[in-house]
Amino acid sequence: MPPRMLPEPTPETRHFWDGCRDGELRLQRCTACAESYFPPRPFCPKCGSRDVEVYKASGTGVLWSYVINQRPRPDMGTEPYAIAVVKLAEGPTMMTNIVDCPQTPEALQLDMPLKVAFAKQSDEITLPLFAPAGA
Amino acid sequence: MKPKSVAVVGAAETTKMGKIPDVSVIGLHADAALNAMADAGLKPSDIDGVATAGISPVELAHYLGITPTYADGTSVGGCSFMLHVRHAAAAINAGLATTILITHGESGRSRVGSSGFGRAPSSLMGQFEMPYGVAGPPTMFTIPVLRYLKTYGLKPEDMAPVATIQREWAAKNPRASFKDPLSVDDVMNADMIAWPFTKLMCCLVTDGGGALILTSAERAKDFPQKPVYVLGTGESVETPMVSQMEDFTSSKAFRVSGKKAFETAGIGHADIDHLMIYDAFAHLPLYGLEDLGFCKPGEAAGFIRERNTAPPKDGKGGGRLPLNTNGGGLSYMHSGMYGMYALQESVRQMRGIAPAQVDGAKISVCHGVGGMFAASGTIIFSNDAP
Repeated sequence: MPPRMLPEPTPETRHFWDGCRDGELRLQRCTACAESYFPPRPFCPKCGSRDVEVYKASGTGVLWSYVINQRPRPDMGTEPYAIAVVKLAEGPTMMTNIVDCPQTPEALQLDMPLKVAFAKQSDEITLPLFAPAGA
Repeated sequence: MKPKSVAVVGAAETTKMGKIPDVSVIGLHADAALNAMADAGLKPSDIDGVATAGISPVELAHYLGITPTYADGTSVGGCSFMLHVRHAAAAINAGLATTILITHGESGRSRVGSSGFGRAPSSLMGQFEMPYGVAGPPTMFTIPVLRYLKTYGLKPEDMAPVATIQREWAAKNPRASFKDPLSVDDVMNADMIAWPFTKLMCCLVTDGGGALILTSAERAKDFPQKPVYVLGTGESVETPMVSQMEDFTSSKAFRVSGKKAFETAGIGHADIDHLMIYDAFAHLPLYGLEDLGFCKPGEAAGFIRERNTAPPKDGKGGGRLPLNTNGGGLSYMHSGMYGMYALQESVRQMRGIAPAQVDGAKISVCHGVGGMFAASGTIIFSNDAP
């Protein structure tokens, strides 16, 4: 199996990937208008202010939508897998995979509570996957 | 833009469509361009503006021997050609060029001289979507739909009539890739691609191209074909990542683009005789009908199932809003950036020469999507002279 396709952090996103490596899901919020946002950027996409801060998010959310890919990408193994979007408790949505859960429509119910489950891929990169909150 | 100040005077698709392993991407652009020039009675030296996506307008101009005073390389996915029409109309009005050629060509199936799918791992999509196993549009464009279905109490099978009714239109079109009748069961029992989407809810993958030539309405009268006037236009973009759509049940780019097009055309929904909505997947006509204001949120699936967009069948008349009358991306063809084929069908309907001609159609709306709900363009055409 080829190695999994991994992100290459940029200066603007480094804090997010460093956070995942250190076991923290980090979001940003605007200190002017209080908007939480994702993906990372050094200004608020709502009001344009550069006065923003990084903070540790709760790591919780709900399953917002997904598909189950029946034709796995070669670096993702051989079994069908869900490509999901989680709606974080803080508001933003984020693409992810769901772990510790059968990859079936019956098991994957929209709005089920999820919590972040960090999955180390390399010394630099840990991916923020999500698991059912009760698991 | 002043309505009807600019017209389409040349329109053609590639000589062949479907599987064309002996023509490269740029060759498909050129074949379509030469056909459109023949349609308009023009030579390359008559063209002074070029627009294209997929390849650069520089490649196109040089390959065809055109020396333009206007070049548009807007590339926002499959609706790029709607944006090219819009920009060309503004450019002609502003005197930047008189005769603008817009081309599309794509070796979607045979992959002759074409590039692959993927984004740099440092891009936003590369960092925040690619690591989770997305594998092209069937696994990305489809992601919002479960939220849409849950919000409106619908089921995956409610998307199936989009495919079955468009197949009825395709059956009337000799150039359509698939013409055999389809049932809802056929759609639901087809191979699963990305649950809840079966293969028959996904577009074809074919080779082909198309080209348009636009000029001022004043000059358009002197061309061999019946002019098709640009009545209104709109465009917008939202996000490069489907996971970041503001609302999974509605496309902001669709709403903004559609509203602008209707406003500039100065018409209402009751004035529309014919509609094209880019259908890369079966949910897109649902989002399109609702976001353009033809249906209330959540009502488009029922609207289609009740045959409001269907051709005549079994002695019963056709629906009041004929939609995707070429068979669409689901049954006609889809090379990758389908917007050009939707525009070609609108032009054929306005010329009165479509294989499944809507009798007496005077106004056609052609709505495109780019990327995975990333961008949108809407063109409203009329065949009534100003």
